[in-house]
Amino acid sequence: MITVTNLHKTFDSVEVLKGISTCFDKGKTNLVIGQSGSGKTVFLKCMIGLFKPDEGEISFEGHVYKNLDYDEQRELRTQIGMVFQGSALFDSMSVEENVKFPLKMFSSMNITQMKERVDMVLERVNLKDSHKKLPSELSGGMKKRVAIARAIVLNPKYLFCDEPNSGLDPQTSILIDNLIQEITREFDITTVINSHDMNSVMEIGEKIVFLKDGLKAWEGSNKEIFNTDNKAIVDFVYSSNLMKNVREVYRHQQI
Amino acid sequence: MKHITKIGAYFIMLRKVFSRPPRGCDFKEVLMKEVDDLILGSLGIVSFISFFVGGVVSIQTALNLTNPLLPKFLIGFATRQSIILEFSPTFISIIMAGRVGSFITSSIGTMRVTEQIDALEVMGVNSLNYLIFPKIIAMMLYPFIIAISMFLGIIGGWVAAVMGGFATSSDYTQGIQVEFIQFHVIYAFIKTLVFAFVLATIPAFHGYYMQGGALEVGKASTTSFVWTSVVIIVLNYIITQLLLS
Repeated sequence: MITVTNLHKTFDSVEVLKGISTCFDKGKTNLVIGQSGSGKTVFLKCMIGLFKPDEGEISFEGHVYKNLDYDEQRELRTQIGMVFQGSALFDSMSVEENVKFPLKMFSSMNITQMKERVDMVLERVNLKDSHKKLPSELSGGMKKRVAIARAIVLNPKYLFCDEPNSGLDPQTSILIDNLIQEITREFDITTVINSHDMNSVMEIGEKIVFLKDGLKAWEGSNKEIFNTDNKAIVDFVYSSNLMKNVREVYRHQQI
Repeated sequence: MKHITKIGAYFIMLRKVFSRPPRGCDFKEVLMKEVDDLILGSLGIVSFISFFVGGVVSIQTALNLTNPLLPKFLIGFATRQSIILEFSPTFISIIMAGRVGSFITSSIGTMRVTEQIDALEVMGVNSLNYLIFPKIIAMMLYPFIIAISMFLGIIGGWVAAVMGGFATSSDYTQGIQVEFIQFHVIYAFIKTLVFAFVLATIPAFHGYYMQGGALEVGKASTTSFVWTSVVIIVLNYIITQLLLS
């Protein structure tokens, strides 16, 4: 479980996060949604330690990140898997080397064990024949899958994904969403996803935190989103006619 | 004020670069790649430039020795002194600021833009150490390039002097041996080692701390070339003053 308490972050004179408090449950797919510029990415980067919050704290299973010493922070980071928006694969390494990289750095496995583990995770993300390919030879969806494989190769306790569907076609988006959800359940990890893809929100959002102007405007599950009258979330989610119709159909079914 | 802040940031970066390496880092493998990219990859251009500049120095010296009383061996002497004292250590370093410096800034800058550095940090890898330390160690082989540059520069001078009919081979050979001071070579290699450190770290600083997108990577490469050259020229003056005067 990840608990965030009163998180503030300012860049120059712009206050991006204005005191966010929430928690993300273990074994669930948690979504952070919001408009572009609402502070989602900054929020995520604060949680994974890439940005230092000005105020507030983040705790992982009760351990407050800022109170940990350097070695403990490094140790905690090995339990975090991150899928970046642009995949962030190492250009000079093949798919296999990219996935093997965390193992080489942080595990005591021998070469055979590493190879077995890499084969296993690449098979898990349906990329068993792409070991020797370079990132430049992969499609957007394949890059995301390699990034997911790299993120889970060390059996992390926490998985963070920054807009895993951006730039992908709807079909591949669904595959990536399902893959993340399956992995979350299979490995019993705490997953936090930044997204503004409404399909992801409805399909896999077991817990949704809605950010607006650096504040938490709403939180709940994907089922609750249909019944809420919170103006901020209603305006965001039901901005398209398609979504309005989906909501009507859902409400009719409820009646 | 901005420049002072940057100089401070540069030294803070150096402290982190020399801190603990990642636990399972295959240093030898990374180092070999850097040696290949930074040192072996530069040999061709350095050899080419050194040979021809050596020839030009030799021709220009010969053309300026109009007084028949001046001995011809001065062509070899002047070429040797120019090549060993200034051309090879300093001007090749400025050329390397363009070749190696731009490569380091753009490769690290691209990693910054594409979040690869963030990926390393999230994994718990000390990215400064992982990315920059092997480059510094690889650049410690830079004197090897300069030694080759000195050799080829002097050979280029010999070819130009003899083929151009400005001096005989024995005149030129006598010139490159006359009043040879061993310390000049040591001085050149001390300079080279200092410049090697500058060539690895200043471009890395500009790449690592760049902000923005692809356009800024280009701008950072240009800025890093300018600053590396400026620092090399200033250090050249200081080292010369300290060691030769």
